Amino acid sequence: MVTDTQLKTLIEKIVLEMAGESKASEEHTPKLKQTDSTNHAVSEEVLPDISEILIKKELLVPNPADEEGYLDMKDKTPARLGVWRSGARYMTSSALRFKADHAAAQDAVFSYVSEDFVKENNLFPVATVCQDKDEYVTRPDLGRQFSDEEKEKIKAHCGNPKVQIVVGDGLSSASIEANLENTLPAIKQGLKLHGIDATNDLFIKHCRVPAMDVIGELTGADVVCLLVGERPGLVTAESMSAYIAYKPTVDMPEARRTVISNIHEGGTPPVEAGAHIAELIKKMIDKKASGLDLNKV
Amino acid sequence: MILSTVLFGRTYQFKSINEVMAKANEEKSGDVMAGIAAESAEERVAAKVVLANLTLEDLRNNPAIPYEQDEVTRIIQDSLNEKIYDSIKRWTVQELREKILDYNTSGNDIRRISRGLTSEMVAAVTKLMSNLDLITAGNKITVTAHCNTTIGLEGTLSARLQPNHPSDNEDGIVASILEGLAYGSGDAVVGLNPVDDTLESVKRMFHRLEEVKNKYAIPTQNSVLAHVTTQMQAIREGAPADLIFQSIAGSEKGNTAFGISGELIAEARELALREGTAAGPNVMYFETGQGAELSSNAHHGVDQLTLEARCYGFGKTYEPFLVNTVVGFIGPEYLYDSKQVIRAGLEDHFMGKLSGLPMGVDVCYTNHMKADQDDMEILSTLLAQAGVNFLITAPHGDDVMLNYQSLGYHEIQTLRELLQLKPIKEFEEWLRKMDVIDLSGRLTKQAGDASLFLV
Repeated sequence: MVTDTQLKTLIEKIVLEMAGESKASEEHTPKLKQTDSTNHAVSEEVLPDISEILIKKELLVPNPADEEGYLDMKDKTPARLGVWRSGARYMTSSALRFKADHAAAQDAVFSYVSEDFVKENNLFPVATVCQDKDEYVTRPDLGRQFSDEEKEKIKAHCGNPKVQIVVGDGLSSASIEANLENTLPAIKQGLKLHGIDATNDLFIKHCRVPAMDVIGELTGADVVCLLVGERPGLVTAESMSAYIAYKPTVDMPEARRTVISNIHEGGTPPVEAGAHIAELIKKMIDKKASGLDLNKV
Repeated sequence: MILSTVLFGRTYQFKSINEVMAKANEEKSGDVMAGIAAESAEERVAAKVVLANLTLEDLRNNPAIPYEQDEVTRIIQDSLNEKIYDSIKRWTVQELREKILDYNTSGNDIRRISRGLTSEMVAAVTKLMSNLDLITAGNKITVTAHCNTTIGLEGTLSARLQPNHPSDNEDGIVASILEGLAYGSGDAVVGLNPVDDTLESVKRMFHRLEEVKNKYAIPTQNSVLAHVTTQMQAIREGAPADLIFQSIAGSEKGNTAFGISGELIAEARELALREGTAAGPNVMYFETGQGAELSSNAHHGVDQLTLEARCYGFGKTYEPFLVNTVVGFIGPEYLYDSKQVIRAGLEDHFMGKLSGLPMGVDVCYTNHMKADQDDMEILSTLLAQAGVNFLITAPHGDDVMLNYQSLGYHEIQTLRELLQLKPIKEFEEWLRKMDVIDLSGRLTKQAGDASLFLV
């Protein structure tokens, strides 16, 4: 173990070496602050963000038999490999990183898309009949139902559009806040090229995928496109999906939906996804079909 | 048959055995969603009192889903040993519970009794057991099975190595396999859930897993967890498969939703015995999980615990090598939080063993459930105490393809050290040969370095 005195000597040595290497003039030579050598003072330094460490590049195994081979293996998968151990248990750093990633995933599920975000993106806010997140996660049947009052609001706001874009929090509010501002304009721009205007976008709080079927029936839109947060994993809590259907109806077969999943910076980039979605919508309008039926025609 | 009781001066009258069974269940969000759970804590206990006094004959005569309507019911009822059933049919459910826990009843005695039990009886006795009852009773029952090696022997704890990859990158999959082997995981099976479950992809995966197994001469078995029909076609086209996998349900309608029937599973088993690569005779691998039937609207108003027991009654006909419940994968609408997942994990393990199955558990949770890794560590420790045959392990507990968390490779080794359990013998010897564990069963200095397998 390193004692305090040894540590102080070590720090002084490192500082001196750094000063020598940079050939700094006297006034630029870093000086050991008085406070660094005591345990009572609070340093102004900030610890680095552990979530920014690239897991693929980090090999915690000391003296691996084949370091290059190990890094090659890690490069081929996002799995947490080469994490090493203390006894049979995890190293502290990998255990903390796991906890951090789980915390992000849980927060993504149980937090809300901010009202400001909804406003800034010109989304018209409505909600399903779920009372809170707890009811939302335990009652998938309620996350697809609207009160009569909400239904009237939706009808009044949307009218009778050709394409209705809907945004739903789903199981990751974080994914909406991370991706929507790139994906939504890309969809609209793509549609505009085909002379299609999508306006009056909706935001649904406590939204399950089949909520889009109700929107389809209420608006009579040719195509409904729902951008919704996916159930987060530890690799990313920010993955969004697009569910798109031609004239969706309540209780229609799931096979009638076309799905683009894995929309996030590390997956399908959000702008690219938006352009792709616009093309799909156009195709659905032309072919009057979606999902498996779209592949047949 | 009495379906009524008084508790704290209040009379509770139940309409059917199904209602008693549902209300006697420990609280599960899935039963609440289905609208069949007890409406108060007292009603739950009243239902348990009524259930405790029903006889096994009452349960035999009132299956959860009628015999005429449901293939699973028919398979369970028709496979009963009538002689044993006749000798126990007058027992009440509480007598069955006490018989199982009695010092004078051995594990072998329980295995014999088990041949006279329907799945409804297995579920009923489980509803009268506390968590420690489930651990104690589970620990009494030893069920072994043989594929290439023997699983479930006393004093062993095995692991499925689950090397999933979000895009089926073969090198990435092999990397996760080598990492797991470096911690002593993989004696139950190296089992991959492919993203792409088309025939060509499944064949490729079978060949790649076999290549790894042969290269390092690993005494274990491989599995690619695609749909049974895809695996069958892959085998017919020459893919090397030790096991055929399938998810199964506790009702015919649930099995139909999975695209299977009893006949299909029997055909798959025949094929695996005739054209598979394993020594056998146990060549099937099944996964289950409370709530699956409700999610496919195939529950017939029956509670999720009873349906889970019926999965085991169905599955045992095909003499599997591995069965595991994927206990927390289904989400909070079926098992709300860690308390419900821990309870369900202990129930499923006990029910599997009481049904005569070589039972394992995927101790796991999704990120929209109120549970975390600490809860999984608790459940896995309890299950290892209960004598679970095997647990599922993924790198650091994080499945990067299915986006849920299970146990890590580290956990299986920790549990073995803590409870003095061993891997399957041939695998243990292989681990020694590869210098992963020492003579005392602890990890060697270089264990945990997957690049050992590269040099």
